[in-house]
Amino acid sequence: MEHIVIIGNGISGVTLARHVRKLSDKRITIVSAETDYFFSRTALMYVYMGHMKFEHTQPYENWFWKKNRIELKKGYVKQVETATKTLHFAEGDTLQYDKLIIATGSKPNKFGWPGQDLNGVMGMYHKQDLENLEKHAPNNEVCKRAVIVGGGLIGIELAEMLNSRSIPVTFLVREDSFWDGVLPQGESEMINRHIKNHHIDLRLSTNLKEIKSDENGKVKSVIIEETGEELECNVVGLTAGVAPNIDFIKDSDIETGRGVKVNRFLETNIPDVYAIGDCAEQHEAIGNRRPIEAVWYTGRMMGETLAQTICGNKMEYKPGHWFNSAKFLDIEYQTYGWVFGKGGRPEYEQHFHWKHDDDTKCITVAYDKNTNAFLGINTFGIRMRHEVFDQWLTEKRDVDYVMQHLNEANFDPEFYSRFENEILQAYNNQLQTA
Amino acid sequence: MSNKLNHSMSLAKPDALGINNKQKVALAIGVIGLFILALALFNTNFPNKGLFLTLSLGSIIGGIIMYSREAYLSKLEGIKNDGVWFKSISSRGIWGWIIGVVLTTFYIVLYFFPKYLGLGTDGEANTGLIALFDPLSQLLSGRNASQWFVYGTLYTVAILAFGYKFILKYRHNRYQQLRTVSVMFFQLGFAFLIPEFMYVMNNDLPYYDLKSIWPLNYYIFDEWSVNGFLSNGNIGLALLLFGILSIFVFTPILTYKYGKRWYCSWVCGCGGLAETAGDSFRQLSSKKMYAWKIERWLIHVVLVFSIVMTTAVVYTYLGYDKNDFWLTRGVFISLVIGFLTLVFALVMLFKRHELGKDAKYGAIGFFIVIALLLGMHYTGTTDHLFYIKAGALRSAYGIYIGSIFSGVIGTGFYPILGNRSWCRFGCPMAAILGFQQRLFSKFRITTNGGQCISCGNCSNSCEMGIDVRHYAQKGENIVRSSCVGCGICSAVCPRGVLKLENDSMKGRINPTEVLLGNDVDLMDLVNQK
Repeated sequence: MEHIVIIGNGISGVTLARHVRKLSDKRITIVSAETDYFFSRTALMYVYMGHMKFEHTQPYENWFWKKNRIELKKGYVKQVETATKTLHFAEGDTLQYDKLIIATGSKPNKFGWPGQDLNGVMGMYHKQDLENLEKHAPNNEVCKRAVIVGGGLIGIELAEMLNSRSIPVTFLVREDSFWDGVLPQGESEMINRHIKNHHIDLRLSTNLKEIKSDENGKVKSVIIEETGEELECNVVGLTAGVAPNIDFIKDSDIETGRGVKVNRFLETNIPDVYAIGDCAEQHEAIGNRRPIEAVWYTGRMMGETLAQTICGNKMEYKPGHWFNSAKFLDIEYQTYGWVFGKGGRPEYEQHFHWKHDDDTKCITVAYDKNTNAFLGINTFGIRMRHEVFDQWLTEKRDVDYVMQHLNEANFDPEFYSRFENEILQAYNNQLQTA
Repeated sequence: MSNKLNHSMSLAKPDALGINNKQKVALAIGVIGLFILALALFNTNFPNKGLFLTLSLGSIIGGIIMYSREAYLSKLEGIKNDGVWFKSISSRGIWGWIIGVVLTTFYIVLYFFPKYLGLGTDGEANTGLIALFDPLSQLLSGRNASQWFVYGTLYTVAILAFGYKFILKYRHNRYQQLRTVSVMFFQLGFAFLIPEFMYVMNNDLPYYDLKSIWPLNYYIFDEWSVNGFLSNGNIGLALLLFGILSIFVFTPILTYKYGKRWYCSWVCGCGGLAETAGDSFRQLSSKKMYAWKIERWLIHVVLVFSIVMTTAVVYTYLGYDKNDFWLTRGVFISLVIGFLTLVFALVMLFKRHELGKDAKYGAIGFFIVIALLLGMHYTGTTDHLFYIKAGALRSAYGIYIGSIFSGVIGTGFYPILGNRSWCRFGCPMAAILGFQQRLFSKFRITTNGGQCISCGNCSNSCEMGIDVRHYAQKGENIVRSSCVGCGICSAVCPRGVLKLENDSMKGRINPTEVLLGNDVDLMDLVNQK
């Protein structure tokens, strides 16, 4: 029986395993050094905040794996020997595979800051990071202040986590507005205000110079690049993005760039070796997508697709219309299609922006100023239907159509106030003045 | 001191967030209110009972209001679940167990030893706790309090005060606010005040909470109850008819349009308490597969029990001769069997494909009921069902289901089993509504395409123990008979994935292999298989 070995028990690897099991009888082994069972990485924050226990982040009960004949191996792969199709573990043992899938995800970026490896300095990605945070920031007596470096999705989540235990947070963001490489200005500024409303000390256009140690090798303070100010703190969160977690294959024959290089079939340069999820790097970006997509949904899609290939129905990875979502403290965010912030915005892309007076809801609709084609929408504080936008994007609707039918896309709970009329009015007014 | 019971994060034990000084004062006020009740329970004879009762209930309500305002109004609107699993009371810690034991003891005394609460028997005056409530009962209906009046008052106070807390907690969510106002209204009006006023108008009428529908209201068709209605002319007859129409007409129509939530989380008193006072315990319901298996057997066994019991009870007080009254035993038993067969045949005809292997269990259940009923009719000496007296069956149901299951376990075990264990495992009304909801309803929880991140907040907060995530992460709508439509899964979802809605029956159940967002060819290919 063909042995499929998957390194990494995250959403990509587990989705692949589930689909391979549905489609075939192959022997499947999932290897992980992080945890015994698959858990939802995006839910780690809720464990620290006390909304859930760690076991609740596991989408499948523990009997699921045996029942579906998916073998789980806990171990750290130290070396991949593709010539003999052998994995060597740090623990000393080995494992033979027929097909190997690398799905090892990401690791937090570190940019060579002095003091970045001190005790109390951490990313927020692995389960071990969470345990480390519990150790260094159990409450606001042990951790009198935390400094977070890097204004992205993980940074704001870490700020929310610490805030839930009343630990004062200083949030250093390199950009002059939160996540404005991705979010258009109006949205980004609204989130800036929301962060400050939560009494988080947001410092924009601010870089970290160095992290200082106390006599025990533990973080004592950080120095700010621009002002030289020294901030005393007990925890430093490094959340300046993530990079593929592939150090263990750097000296194998598998071709790597920033990630594991794959073609559209998710194949590496070595036959029978594939890579999916955060750690895979496309030779050429697909559409507007980045060559490395560190997103839950794309990991899952790659898993769904590669399972077909592995089970004999060779299939290209063809993600559909872009979508994503996040939550910034109390404000939910969804996006469908493409809406660009400062970074990489095409010349033809025009925005319509509407914001509610309460400063917690807004939308940005992107369209082509030449053809009026609808390109995408960002929505904050108003839930929208994925299915409807996916259909409109496929049908290549123009922006007028989308604005007039926005109510069909509303996904807010029943009895919520609706804003479509107000939005449409603002849209029409803007057209008249423009 | 750490309250954390979860040792999965073994390196450190986070503390539950402390409460501020105002909240401490609020707690003290509430405890003083409870202390007055405790003093009364131990037979302190208060000079002015009306004053002390007002003081007590006022302090309890005031304390809860003050505490809640401090807890929620000082923060921005949003989901307020911080530390739920760290707090002792809401994570089966010491406080959880203490409250569980106190509540359970209270229910045992209430149901089986009301004299310890001070109930005067044989015309004696009430003493203790029940006497403390005499002035309020006198005010409302001109009679002294009973243990049920005390219970009803405390129950109503709990729903009103914790309902207020719940409204503040979800002050960004109109769905939550409206349904909470609704349960507060129905409890105060229909369960508490109207029956008292009905007594004032006509003291022969049996106690009737209009919103309490058979089989949840298992005594409505008892002989004393039916006689009570029938001996009171048109109004009595109207009430009895209302009771019958409620289960056979109103309920199916409303459930078809809105799902069982119209009752379970908007009207019902058990649901009302669970959603308000029980809200802090919703995460404690088990989401494990075995719990679901137990649930499906248990709740349907209770349903079968209640149908057979009610039929047997009605049967025993009907006559044989159709000259006395058209509804004889023979006609009645034929009607019951005919109705059950009709329902069974229609389901098998139109919905068999949706039931899968559950159809088999449904058939077994159906035939057991029919066999029991026929057995009763043909083997029975007059009042017996398999040599068990119908009366004995009725009292067994009353004690084991009506009192122990719904009260002692259902509410007493809130801090251990979660706030809906009765609704989930025992309520025969929920079983009927759930059956309708699963097969004949426009209600579903819609999943938003591919947006789920499997975080588990939805499953964690489901008081009915539904593993909501199991469906959401597959892009499937949630169509489950047990869902009471409380809407908390939708509220806590960080990615806007879940929406409770009533829509057409078509496409309501939508099994998918590949989620929205992946290439369409692949979806076609896999989903067509």
